[in-house]
Amino acid sequence: MLNQILTITLKDLRSEFRGKEAINASLAFSVVVLLLLNFAFDTTADDNQTFAGGLLWIVFAFAGVLIFNRSFARELPNDCLDALIAAPIPGPALFLGKTIAAFLLVFGVEMISLPVFSNFYDVRILHVIFPLVGIIALGTWTMAVVGVFFSLLTINIRLRELMLPVIFYPMLIPALLGAIQITTALLSTGHIGENNEAWVRLLAGCSIIFTALGIALIDFILVT
Amino acid sequence: MAGSDAIVLEGVWKYFGDYPAIRDVSFRLPQSECLALIGRNGAGKTTLLRMLGGFSRPAKGAIQIAGTNPRETATRKAIGIIGHGISVYDELSALENLRLFAKIYELPDAEKRAAELLERVGLWRVREGLVREFSRGMRQRLAIARAFLHQPTVLLLDEPFTSLDDRAIAVLQSLLAEAAGRGASIVMSTHQIREAMELATRVVLLERGKLVFTGPRTPEMMTDPGWVYAHYGDKG
Repeated sequence: MLNQILTITLKDLRSEFRGKEAINASLAFSVVVLLLLNFAFDTTADDNQTFAGGLLWIVFAFAGVLIFNRSFARELPNDCLDALIAAPIPGPALFLGKTIAAFLLVFGVEMISLPVFSNFYDVRILHVIFPLVGIIALGTWTMAVVGVFFSLLTINIRLRELMLPVIFYPMLIPALLGAIQITTALLSTGHIGENNEAWVRLLAGCSIIFTALGIALIDFILVT
Repeated sequence: MAGSDAIVLEGVWKYFGDYPAIRDVSFRLPQSECLALIGRNGAGKTTLLRMLGGFSRPAKGAIQIAGTNPRETATRKAIGIIGHGISVYDELSALENLRLFAKIYELPDAEKRAAELLERVGLWRVREGLVREFSRGMRQRLAIARAFLHQPTVLLLDEPFTSLDDRAIAVLQSLLAEAAGRGASIVMSTHQIREAMELATRVVLLERGKLVFTGPRTPEMMTDPGWVYAHYGDKG
């Protein structure tokens, strides 16, 4: 099963890097929004630290949807999804393979956007880089699990690009709240702090629950 | 259930909303036989094939392929499908596509098998070319190579000859003959009755989701493609 997960992940990454449809759109969106907001508000470095978490995660969540939308949609041309459903690959392996690919793509966009954010908003990140990257990875995995699952759920809807965000963001509210609180604490105080441990548990809990739900339900969605 | 049946359907129903697309269909296909699944547009041929392929579940009734559920991993390794789409990735090369499916099917000699099939369908010379740059005929031949890559013992073919060019038809016929020779069971839905009857050993006629005829192919069916419709079909 591990080989099949890896095969699907590599296939999705190869397909994306050949076409660069989603990653170009996501990266451009992320950098442009960070740039525009920087010019839109005349704020000090202290102000920036207080809204840094919210700003970063809103950008990440919107940029991420552009990649999640493509996750199962790239199987539609030529009926490739049928070939995968018919193949002897377990539904959870297909789901995890696609989720890992989407996670890596979004995480890559975030890692490019992070220094852009730091530079534009004059927020130091190097002193908290390891916990910050860890929290971004955890939040991004949660987004990827939910995004890829809903990408499959909306695959046959004509306006799926519009429908995915409509059901994706409400589902992610608890996880995003946690990620925003922890990121803001890290960037403003340099540490997560004891009073934010509940947010860490909430984010980790969402990640585990959504992953388990995705694995458990994927076969019911794939085979109707 | 008889041990020699490759495919068994018992009282299968499928609904789309309230509409019964398949109504109480039962039949058996013995191993190594070829079944022509015929019927007019909307008769339920594709719906039935999709259930056999494990793409959708029956609302009622049971389907068994080689004695097991079509969704079992071992069963899926035995099934080869040619559907309406070519089911290969445009942004991958011909070789990458076959390598991908060989890995998914966990074939022990993936590289060798992919090379053999590419040679067989006449695409070895362009194996590194991206599928999106291929002509329609080349894409069709690659789709045929993908379906036969894992040497399936049950083949489900949905209108397999429709819109194929002459070379692809020749490749498909030769691979089908080879599969039949090694004992594969074949279910083929088609409108092209004359071509289907040349291969078929049994015939199933569907009308509005109901099975109205099942039995061995007879000499009359070979000489008159409309014979089954004329004798068992809806006269209206």
